[in-house]
Amino acid sequence: MSLLRTEALSKRFGGLEAVRNVDLELPAGEIRAVIGPNGAGKTTLVSVISGRLEPTAGRIFFKDRDITGLSAWQRARAGIVYTFQITSVFPKLSCHDNLALAIQRRRMTGLAGRLREDPAALRAEVEAALARVGLAEDIDRTAAELPYGHQRLLEVALGLALSPELLIMDEPTQGLSNAEIARFCDLVRGIASEVTVLLIEHNMPVVMDLAERITVVERGAVLAEGTPAEIRADAAVQRAYLGT
Amino acid sequence: MSGVLSNRWLLALAVLAVLLVAQVLLPPYHHTNFARIMVLASFAIGYNIAFGYTGLLSLGHAMFFAAGIYAAGLGAQELGLSMPAALAFGALGGLVLALAVGLIALRTSGVAFLIVTLMFAQAVFLTTLYFNEVTKGDEGFVIAEALRRIEIGGAELKLSDPTVRYNVALALFALCYLASIALLHSPVGRVLVAVRENEQRTRMLGYNTFGYKLLAMVISGTISGLAGAAYALLFAYVGSTFASTQYSIYALLWVLLGGLGTTLGPLIGTGLMSYLVDFASDVTSSYLIVVGVVLVVLVLAFPKGVVGTAIERWGRLRS
Ligand SMILES: Nc1ncnc2c1ncn2[C@@H]1O[C@H](COP(=O)(O)OP(=O)(O)O)[C@@H](O)[C@H]1O
Ligand SMILES: [Mg+2]
Repeated sequence: MSLLRTEALSKRFGGLEAVRNVDLELPAGEIRAVIGPNGAGKTTLVSVISGRLEPTAGRIFFKDRDITGLSAWQRARAGIVYTFQITSVFPKLSCHDNLALAIQRRRMTGLAGRLREDPAALRAEVEAALARVGLAEDIDRTAAELPYGHQRLLEVALGLALSPELLIMDEPTQGLSNAEIARFCDLVRGIASEVTVLLIEHNMPVVMDLAERITVVERGAVLAEGTPAEIRADAAVQRAYLGT
Repeated sequence: MSGVLSNRWLLALAVLAVLLVAQVLLPPYHHTNFARIMVLASFAIGYNIAFGYTGLLSLGHAMFFAAGIYAAGLGAQELGLSMPAALAFGALGGLVLALAVGLIALRTSGVAFLIVTLMFAQAVFLTTLYFNEVTKGDEGFVIAEALRRIEIGGAELKLSDPTVRYNVALALFALCYLASIALLHSPVGRVLVAVRENEQRTRMLGYNTFGYKLLAMVISGTISGLAGAAYALLFAYVGSTFASTQYSIYALLWVLLGGLGTTLGPLIGTGLMSYLVDFASDVTSSYLIVVGVVLVVLVLAFPKGVVGTAIERWGRLRS
């Protein structure tokens, strides 16, 4: 069964058709990379899928249910989680409170669950969530105090802490050191058994390492799709994107 | 963690204890002043929940305060409500108005929200003037002495009695103050702060941010209405001045002066401002100039308000 399916999805900004007629099908459990030159429409495509932007035309199905009309927060609750290309955390809040926001949501049922919490238990969960991306030490620092690369990791931790079924990450390794990139790849491989991943990525070694299949987007449309080996061998892709 | 938790509540209890003891030490003039400050600080607490916690910059909160004033005042005078019922009626007035205004005004944000709330408040203000047969408009009316009594187990408490008035004001303030602390440090409070800090991110975490903003408005309006009701009943006067823009601006100034988003800020800001106006009007007839200058100096010295700047300098009471 496909977890996510789009049908003739389009998004227009005035005269610019940033996403054109995209049919995407993503089976559950897959790690899918989306690549393409700058301005190809990758961020716009996943923004429409996550509900951050409304499509101009087309439909989106999640677990065979039409979610085109759902708002962004409803899709997040349904299990579609988006991590931003431009880091979007809560800069003035501590890393603890950043993660607590993601973790507490599923506990907020009934009046008691909304008004009370067990600080010690919450802190333990926050610590574990931060440890997954190597930020456990930073729990009491504000997000703004973290170096840029660590803010990216905090963003990823926020996404993971929501226990997504579909995790969409928009250029997560931008600004990370090599060691951090290696750690990130391990993390993604580690979650891949439970989570379907849609990964926009510029770093080709990361793409080739992680992706089971690759979708190439150019000028808003899907140019090619296949395994890493097929994509590497595709002449059109080479001309359009890989530049050889 | 539990140390931080008890610190927070210990500070609150210490503040309330000081206010409790103060009533036997204060000379009559300041005694009345303190009672008034505690009621107005409750209004400021309500405002702080919208602007300080959630980032909703409203310039129309006088309408919720006034809704409480008129609901309680007219409820007592015209409908014959008992004092506790009039108080509850005032809170309900604030709640209903905040719900209605919130449903419309929250479709906007930023400057547009500020203007829409200002316009709604202006409409409420004009309404109080238009129906002057009931409201007595600008002049207002005094709530009859005979109505301002509470019976508790046979004994009769007169709200005009300074001791009763002070302690009712203190009880009201304690309720609003403790509730605001509990709210800020609850899961819901964390979401309100998240909406203030980054609304889009909060939505992508799966929170219905419109719903949370509406909730903040409703809680804020209810507390403002409750404070307005207490003001009318304790000080016996109902008039349209309380619905004027001036009172919306006061709420903003009190909260900014005390420390935006801090729980103690509203009391400190309201108290400081009240004594500042008092002091300045003793010295000169053009006291508003003095008030203005001192406000500018205070805001420069304490950019995050008195409490906010203190927290920043002397440790994080809130974390
Ligand atoms: N909010 C917007 N308004 C207008 N144009 C936009 C907007 N967002 C993106 N675009 C345009 O849409 C095209 C695709 O952008 P984007 O999806 O960010 O590409 P990518 O992520 O592949 O680099 C670009 O030409 C960009 O300038
Ligand atoms: Mg992009």
